[in-house]
Amino acid sequence: MEAFNLIQPASESAIWDNLLAFWRFEDMNVLWVLIGSILLGMSASVIGAFAFLRKRSLIGDALAHSALPGVMMAFLLFQTRDPLIMFLGAMTSSFIGFFLIDWLPKNTKIKPDAALAITLSFFFALGLMLLSYIQGLNIENKSGLDKILFGQAAAMTQDDIRLLGYVSVIILFTVGLFFQKLRLIAFNRGYAQTLGVSVKFYELLLALLIVMSVVVGLQLVGVVLMAAVLLTPIAAARFWSNELSHILILSSVLGALSAIISTQISYLAPAMPTGPWMVVSLSILFLLSLLFAPKKGLIKRYLEHKLLRQKVAEENILRTLYKLLERNQIDQKDFNQADIQSLRSVATEHLQKTLKHLCKKQLIESSARGFRMTEKGFELASLLTRRHRLWENYLNEHAELTPEQVHKQAERIEHILTESQEQQLQEELGNANFDPHGNQIPNQLKTQHRDGGKT
Amino acid sequence: MLTQGFFADFGMNDIWILATASLVAASTAMIGVFLILRRQALIGDAISHSVLLGIVLAFLITDSRSLPVMLGGAVIIGLLTAWLSDTLHRVGKLQSDASIGIIFTLFFALGVILVSLYAGQIDLDQECVLYGEIAFVPFDTIYLGGLENGVEMGPRAFWGIGVVFLIVLVSIVVGFKRLETISFHPNLAVSLGINVVFWHYFLMTLVSMTTVASFDAVGAILVVALLVIPASSAYLLAKSLKAMLFIAVAYSQASVIIGYSVAYQLDSSISASIAVSAGILLFATIILLQINKKRQTYQIPCLIFIVKHQSYILDQRVYHSSE
Amino acid sequence: MTKNSRSLPPPLSVEHLSMRYHHKPVLTDVSFTIPEGKSIAIVGPNGAGKSTLLKGIMGLIPTMEGEVHFFGESLTKKRLSTAYVPQREEIDWDFPIKVLDVVLMGRHGHLKLWQRPSAIDYQIAEQALKDLQMWDFKDRQISQLSGGQQQRVFLARALAQQANLYLMDEPFAGVDVATEKAIIELFKNLKTQGKTIICVHHDLNTVGEYFDWIIFINARLVAAGPAEEVLTKDNLNKTYGGRLSLLNDLTEEMYRTKLNQAHDTD
Repeated sequence: MEAFNLIQPASESAIWDNLLAFWRFEDMNVLWVLIGSILLGMSASVIGAFAFLRKRSLIGDALAHSALPGVMMAFLLFQTRDPLIMFLGAMTSSFIGFFLIDWLPKNTKIKPDAALAITLSFFFALGLMLLSYIQGLNIENKSGLDKILFGQAAAMTQDDIRLLGYVSVIILFTVGLFFQKLRLIAFNRGYAQTLGVSVKFYELLLALLIVMSVVVGLQLVGVVLMAAVLLTPIAAARFWSNELSHILILSSVLGALSAIISTQISYLAPAMPTGPWMVVSLSILFLLSLLFAPKKGLIKRYLEHKLLRQKVAEENILRTLYKLLERNQIDQKDFNQADIQSLRSVATEHLQKTLKHLCKKQLIESSARGFRMTEKGFELASLLTRRHRLWENYLNEHAELTPEQVHKQAERIEHILTESQEQQLQEELGNANFDPHGNQIPNQLKTQHRDGGKT
Repeated sequence: MLTQGFFADFGMNDIWILATASLVAASTAMIGVFLILRRQALIGDAISHSVLLGIVLAFLITDSRSLPVMLGGAVIIGLLTAWLSDTLHRVGKLQSDASIGIIFTLFFALGVILVSLYAGQIDLDQECVLYGEIAFVPFDTIYLGGLENGVEMGPRAFWGIGVVFLIVLVSIVVGFKRLETISFHPNLAVSLGINVVFWHYFLMTLVSMTTVASFDAVGAILVVALLVIPASSAYLLAKSLKAMLFIAVAYSQASVIIGYSVAYQLDSSISASIAVSAGILLFATIILLQINKKRQTYQIPCLIFIVKHQSYILDQRVYHSSE
Repeated sequence: MTKNSRSLPPPLSVEHLSMRYHHKPVLTDVSFTIPEGKSIAIVGPNGAGKSTLLKGIMGLIPTMEGEVHFFGESLTKKRLSTAYVPQREEIDWDFPIKVLDVVLMGRHGHLKLWQRPSAIDYQIAEQALKDLQMWDFKDRQISQLSGGQQQRVFLARALAQQANLYLMDEPFAGVDVATEKAIIELFKNLKTQGKTIICVHHDLNTVGEYFDWIIFINARLVAAGPAEEVLTKDNLNKTYGGRLSLLNDLTEEMYRTKLNQAHDTD
């Protein structure tokens, strides 16, 4: 199958030449387009973040679609492609769309999701109808109007880029100025109201900023996919941090990055629409974040869970060894695998692996019959047993669970009890020495454990 | 004058176009009813976008444009969209509309990129993705029994949507009671032992099939309008599910007729005009309902006034009669 | 009917049920067994997990652990003999559906995909509506009903299911006096037929009067038993006296770290 009909370069080196030409900014226009798209990527992702936090992720989608008839109307009325007139036309119809989305669920039975879909598709259809009508008319410079459907960086004029730059800077500046207030409203709208913050004003401001960034991005990204530029960066950035200011900075970086990638592709293949490439590069950045983010990424979560499993397995074996020690009143201190398996059902293979880990950590050592706990191992084992039995006591006394019920829960909680929680337990329970099953609770003191070892 | 001109050159092609548009509108309206009731308008939006990728991939892999291939590709991608959105919502802990937005924009972007990469081989272009080309529907016909000396059977798109229309109709008739229950009250459906997950994906399959069969006619995005708008109009008026289905279909047919005549007058895109008419019908309905509501709320104070002053009026009468 | 026959399995037994919402533990290790032919109230403060317990029992929310048996068997086998009445807020009351159709939904479980309600199903639905004095409203759209009437439609639907066990989520919440009386009457009728009713209830003033049995929960089981036995000051204090913070924190920590899945063998 023959691919790349459109961009088919003469050779591979031609691509590199083009890339180099791009980065040397031999063409001044390239520099402007690049700066413009970076600014757009940044401002759209920052403002999109607030829409996301207000749980209105797809508002950008609807507003971008709503802008289309405005552009067409402006062109029909003024018969010019002056960026400012287009911009104002788009703003007007986007705002009508915004209020419709708000008005429909409040005044009719129509639900919010349907209101969004209705507004989006109706305005888009209206825009397309006008566009097809315009194309049938005999007006000058009507060609290229359809470029705002998918965006075409290469088709942007100096004026377009200048407007894009101004608007993006205004958006970034406004967000910076009102950051505290916007954050408060995004986080807790009701509370902001009780503080006397004029929520209505800031919501209108936010709407205005969203509409502005959507409208200004149409040339570059296009009506259809503008939603992703607002939404995907913040969704990706969220995996990296919990601090809103960090998230905002990161999402603007991601937005800028995708803008750079897509402008470059658009330069190499001028016939390619920019919007889809921007979305694809954003999606890749999103996927990378989802997988590799250091705190909340899937891989990190998987590894953490694996580590925890291993820790739990090790600690369970230590506890079993402690119990064996308790049972054997004779001086026998070393155990083999069969001893352990008689108390706890563990697969042999799994047990061997865990024992190896314990050896490595010097919690047990090999001995004549098999294994023996080291000093350090014994300390940890008695600590765990202590926590286990304290917890059993707590459940028994305060939650009134029967001794049969408490064991299973204590089996888990013992692994995550902290020292301060242990202290708290000790205080609430007074000085109990035995657990609900009648076993002795090991003491904290080091001197004590030597006794335990001897008996 | 206008109608004369309209009917003067009303030929076979117009009938095919109207018939195709009418089937598209009826199928989408019926499916849309369930999307609206189950508050899944956005997933419908998402699937209608993603389907583009399904069509392009199915074509690139099999090199065929036959109906089963297109349906297969679309259904796979459609279900994948629904499933991935749900998974991303659960695993990535994102709001569900955000995960829908991320998935469908990606699929649609990939679809558009593939369309522009293989522009020479696919008889799809960016425009057609958006509007569809219902005006060209009559020229792509299928033949029964060989291309050379077979019988011309009419447009391919017509038969495609015809088949899907029947599937949708039969599914709704057979599964009516189940669909009613899962739409009205999913929890009750679960407690009655109905497999809600199955029905969810079954509906998503119907959405995918309807969108792909409508694709030739109205494109990827205008389908959304036909899915949600007539069904929303019906939602405002209907008192039972059956009534809602009938009203939605009636609205969709009205939009087809109005849209077609508007397009004829303005020489604008037929599919866009149909969608716009659907929207105008919805807004007209809303305005009428609002006026009605206002009138009722004015009537009540009036009644209260009469009741309040009744005693006075009566008193007067008593007074007069006693005189 | 089958009173005091000890050989029969109880209508509902819950064993070691634990549930959570995100990472927050909602219920931990709840176990109880319900006797047949009684009305039972689930009582506890706001956020104690009453509705969650009901939903967990009906399999509407995934449970973390534990088992639920209906008449000694799993839910899938006994679905049709168990009827669930949700909270009114769960429903889109704008839904285009008529009262009779809602009640007929109760018959769906008995029908195959292609089957339509038969004359008998209609009779059952009619009787259910008449029992709750709602027959005159059968052709109304549900949005045109008052709160109490909506509740009665739901109860009629559960009745039409002809179940043996009824699980109701706050049936008395926000209803008028007439409906409240109708519900009490309904309970009496059901009990004389040997059926069991479990309700989430929030009104402590009426709980002793309306119900035979009480289950006190607050994130865990506090007490369960006949009303006259368990309705004590001590139990009320324990139920409404706040949660055990340490237990709560640690259980949440356990779910967050997925510790319960890290534990391979028990």
